[in-house]
Amino acid sequence: MSRQSMRANDPKKVSGELFTLTYGSLVAQLLKDYENVDDVNRQLERMGYNIGMRLIEDFLARANPAFKLYLGVSPSIGSWSPGGDEFSVVLETNPMAEFVELPDHCLGLRYSNIMAGVIRGACEMVQLEVMAWFIADQLKGDNVTEIRVKFVKRLEDAIPAGED
Amino acid sequence: MAEEAMFDFIHMEAVSYVFQGGEKISEDEAISKLEHMGFATGYRLVERLTRESGRYKDELDIMKYICKDLWVTVYKKQIDNLRTNHQGVYVLHDNRFRFLSHMAAGKQYLQYAPRYLAFTCGLVRGCLANLGVTCVVTAEVTQLPACKFQIQVQRG
Repeated sequence: MSRQSMRANDPKKVSGELFTLTYGSLVAQLLKDYENVDDVNRQLERMGYNIGMRLIEDFLARANPAFKLYLGVSPSIGSWSPGGDEFSVVLETNPMAEFVELPDHCLGLRYSNIMAGVIRGACEMVQLEVMAWFIADQLKGDNVTEIRVKFVKRLEDAIPAGED
Repeated sequence: MAEEAMFDFIHMEAVSYVFQGGEKISEDEAISKLEHMGFATGYRLVERLTRESGRYKDELDIMKYICKDLWVTVYKKQIDNLRTNHQGVYVLHDNRFRFLSHMAAGKQYLQYAPRYLAFTCGLVRGCLANLGVTCVVTAEVTQLPACKFQIQVQRG
């Protein structure tokens, strides 16, 4: 009996799941390594920053909406501040958190914090200094996942930041 | 494709994290952390991938699944060569392994190659564990970007 090697599984979906699962294993390892969830949050943000710096090149080469491209979802942008320098990225569903449930002792964990880092890293590579942070997270019972992004300043002739 | 890039990025960050992030740890310990992350990922992944497929006939059939379907899903190509001694040892040759293909070919960075293979060793071990095969997986490189994975099935 030979098996059908082509399955009904959508390959695109599967490779998204591969990323989701790998990310989950990484977060689990971080939680094991650090005692403090704040340290985990910080580490995730830093990893995201590193990724963002590399990702922007890949992104510019494709010219497609980045969230759609990398995570398969389209967020909505809104809640602009009066000064026009601050806005929210709202995700109806968060593919990164698909299989995740936060245990009680991890309530301080910002599971998807790597995304905030990616935004910061990617913007820095196009000479924009921004701050990005989570203000709502479905894993914590909010209706949507919301990341706030604030423009800080335009970087002029900056020396490329070292990878840290 | 873009999601693939995300997987590459997250793997790179995982490697660089265990080797320089946080407190000082030995090379072995770092490798074992990566292996463990791979195991956890593989164990869960295979459960989702094989949801709709039938039972595998025997061990060799499972290995063929690893070499074809799984490798294509994760590494976008098939294993180039599978060998076995029919006594529980399987050797998988990949002539252009995805995680090594970003590195300069040849021998210059050979010493760093194990860092980029540990996650995969764990991934394969995790997949096999979930399919009912207990084994030890090791990797060997003599010339980048080719490498081989040896699977030693534990019986008893």
